[in-house]
Amino acid sequence: MSIRFDSVTVAYDGNVVLDSLDLTVEPGEVMALLGPSGSGKTTALRAVAGFVRPASGRVLLGGRDVTDLPPYRRGIGMVVQQYALFPHMRVDENVAFGLKARGAARSEIRQRVGEALEMTGMAAYARRHPRELSGGQQQRVAIARALAIRPGVLLLDEPLSALDARLRSGMLAELARLHRELPDVSMLYVTHDQVEALTLADRIAVMDKARLRACGTPRELYRAPADAFTASFVGGANLLPVTVGADGVDLAGREVKVDTAGAVAGARATLCVRPHLIGLGAGPNQLTGVVQEIQWRGATHRVHVKVGEHDVMADVRELREPPARGTEVALHFAAADAVLLPEGVGHG
Amino acid sequence: MLVHSRGARWALWAVFLVLFLPLFALPLLVVLGASFATHWSSVLPSGPTLANYRSATRGEALQALTTSLLTAAGASLLALATGTWAALAGAALGKRAKRVLDALFVLPVAVPSVVVGLSVLVAFSQPPLLLNGTRWIVILAHTVLVTAFAHQSVSAAVTRLDPAYEQAAASLGARPAQVLWRIRLPLLLPSLTAAAGLCFALSMGELSATMMLYPPDWTPLPVLIYAATDRGALFSGSAVAVVLMAATLLVLFAVSRVRTRASYR
Repeated sequence: MSIRFDSVTVAYDGNVVLDSLDLTVEPGEVMALLGPSGSGKTTALRAVAGFVRPASGRVLLGGRDVTDLPPYRRGIGMVVQQYALFPHMRVDENVAFGLKARGAARSEIRQRVGEALEMTGMAAYARRHPRELSGGQQQRVAIARALAIRPGVLLLDEPLSALDARLRSGMLAELARLHRELPDVSMLYVTHDQVEALTLADRIAVMDKARLRACGTPRELYRAPADAFTASFVGGANLLPVTVGADGVDLAGREVKVDTAGAVAGARATLCVRPHLIGLGAGPNQLTGVVQEIQWRGATHRVHVKVGEHDVMADVRELREPPARGTEVALHFAAADAVLLPEGVGHG
Repeated sequence: MLVHSRGARWALWAVFLVLFLPLFALPLLVVLGASFATHWSSVLPSGPTLANYRSATRGEALQALTTSLLTAAGASLLALATGTWAALAGAALGKRAKRVLDALFVLPVAVPSVVVGLSVLVAFSQPPLLLNGTRWIVILAHTVLVTAFAHQSVSAAVTRLDPAYEQAAASLGARPAQVLWRIRLPLLLPSLTAAAGLCFALSMGELSATMMLYPPDWTPLPVLIYAATDRGALFSGSAVAVVLMAATLLVLFAVSRVRTRASYR
């Protein structure tokens, strides 16, 4: 079932928390709403669920206008960060709740509860109470409960944020598997974690300050971000202020060869280079600077280098003999790996 | 523990006992002692007897006990229903309206119970609602007096209720009535039983308003105790008081058993 936001604006006490959002999630698509806290992503999800009322605009589910429908008539599955399992019901009663509320036949309830628990690997825990389960297990039950009503749309509000890192990557794989098993269910996945968004989503909508900043496939956003905010929020990036020249840009008095198609010569712009695409040592598009900080991250070293007055981060494969702080090093990157962005705001 | 040194801990215990024993425990022990006595002229009561209890558990006293239990049960159930209803309705109101509602419900506590008794008497002594002379006026007055406590403790619990549960239920397709009966009330059950116990205990001990209202065929126990002490029958009055205490504690104990079974976390 498709989800469509038609210039949805939400305001609390005159405070706009979602500013005319236009976005369509295709049937069966996983759309991640990615953004920092306060960016309006959760508000957008709650507008679909029916817990906030848009001040203007419409929300459509499968082409049907649901803006004025109460939550219980929308037929949506929802999973939230804190699980919200009913503490006074056993696991199977939790999963059966939605079916009972709809007045499903007893045999059907039993069968669907079994299926949902089987699908999330929780069948062995059906008779337990939520308080007897770990966080990861509780989240599986919450997912089973949402899926038992066979929703056309599944809303996930930071579903993995309360789990520890190892559990999180496991659950991420589980969610990807669930999506493969339920190809018709559209998912709207709210997160502030770019790894979750890049891993799971078919498309990512990047949000900031109540507005949609960019929307595209993870690859598009990562390879060719539309603006500096998207570049730094999706994947992290070096953002260097430059002046556009004839066949390259001027970075602090140094000529750097990059594709300047679409940019006006003489204009100011931002050069975006991903840290892992910068190499240490001599090469094309060479910059020299002084090592400020070097962090060992196991498989990689992150080197912070001061080039002129800019900080440049480079992630390089683990170095046998890392340069000491204060030494002068050369950096280089391929012209094809740099993206020229309009001069813009980064964070804040 | 906040206090670490052994000496300081002992000192605290000593202060606690000095304050607690004479203020709370001793008076109750005195009543207990008196209830088994025929005389009390020296330091300790004398003339041990069970006659006081024999008269306190039959006839007039037994009927008064039943009256008190029925009144308290009726009043606390009514108070719980209205208090909970108001608390749930108040949660859906705006800030200012909720403050007005809260103030209205605190009124019977803020006003002396004698005044509440008098106003109930005046209000229901004339048609169309002529309750004076029936048991209903006693139950009504008790309800008015204890509803404040029910409302207060339930509305505190309603505010603490995580809206995530209701929203999860609504998203699963539960209509508001289903959310109320299957999610909100079960989650509120521990505070509902606590409120019921509090209302029951308060109603069992109510005297000042009851004095003005009770008809001859509906005499609650506190009135009987007051009458006994008034005519100087301290020892038989003590036995009735102990029966009142025991009955109240027994019911509270039973209610608290329900409560521990109902608290999920």
